[in-house]
Amino acid sequence: MHELSITQSILEIALRHADEAARITRLNLVIGELSSIIGDSVQFYWDIISKGTVAEGAILHFERIKARFRCSDCEKEFEPNSGNFECPYCGSYQVELVTGREFQLESIEVE
Amino acid sequence: MPKTVPVVEQILSANDQIALQNRYQFDAAGLFAINLMASPGAGKTSLIMATIQALKNEHRIAFIDGDLASSIDADKVAALGVPAVQINTGGACHLDAVMLQSALPQLSLEELDLLLVENVGNLVCPSSFRLGVHRSVLIASVPEGDDKPYKYPVMYNGVDVVVINKTDVLDSFDFDMDYFQRGVEILNPGLVFCPISCKTGEGLAGWLEWVQAELVAFQAAGGASYKIR
Repeated sequence: MHELSITQSILEIALRHADEAARITRLNLVIGELSSIIGDSVQFYWDIISKGTVAEGAILHFERIKARFRCSDCEKEFEPNSGNFECPYCGSYQVELVTGREFQLESIEVE
Repeated sequence: MPKTVPVVEQILSANDQIALQNRYQFDAAGLFAINLMASPGAGKTSLIMATIQALKNEHRIAFIDGDLASSIDADKVAALGVPAVQINTGGACHLDAVMLQSALPQLSLEELDLLLVENVGNLVCPSSFRLGVHRSVLIASVPEGDDKPYKYPVMYNGVDVVVINKTDVLDSFDFDMDYFQRGVEILNPGLVFCPISCKTGEGLAGWLEWVQAELVAFQAAGGASYKIR
């Protein structure tokens, strides 16, 4: 939903780390399953705003992190079935997200 | 030969960076700020007006409202005798940190204790846009149905309080309060749950107690321990 602003941030971070490189060829992004970020929308904006920069034409690679929860009651971790967040071990609804909302730029490849 | 440059940076959107700036302003001024979100008509303005009426003699309160158009809400609240700022978003379906930042110069932040921000009526988008406040509150209402937390779990996640308003009409709807409460507590350990009727006043005391306790804690310890909401 706010992918344009996010894509602008990605470009800013990538350019900052590119230093003297002639070209950025690839960006390695990590997106959590529950991060509400639509990869296709990021790609769409990226294609537009990277033009004319050393990042033009760079491939966006999305590594997707599955949602994992930890039950506050029995302390076991689990991956939820679609839409069902209760603990499969003890049935509790007191669950915390461990992974799944990440959104970061892990690395870039330059030449 | 391509080489890999490690980056490992969180992608904070431009909005989040402005939210941080808003937070710095609030903390520097000793101002505790709450964002209230809900579908249209759930009772945001009613709850805010009840809160102001109850607390305005003890605390210096201000109000900022976001609506696509009109100053209906700001006018209602201004009539209670507190500073009220209206943001008209035009087409935007939510407030964001930039809009909030633009409204702040209309208030004397150092002369306030509590800022109540009423977001645009919308269940989906506002929770994705941090404003820089200390606490976020979602107001649901009985006529909306008890299954919304299950349909929108990621949107209900990341709020500090869920108020369920219009308990006075529970008899007129098939609303399972236990089912609803379980749904909002998923992904929200420590969530404060407030069944209320703004119309009859039932449950309001519990909500006001929470607001007062939060103000005391903030005034004692400052803003550092609060997430950027």
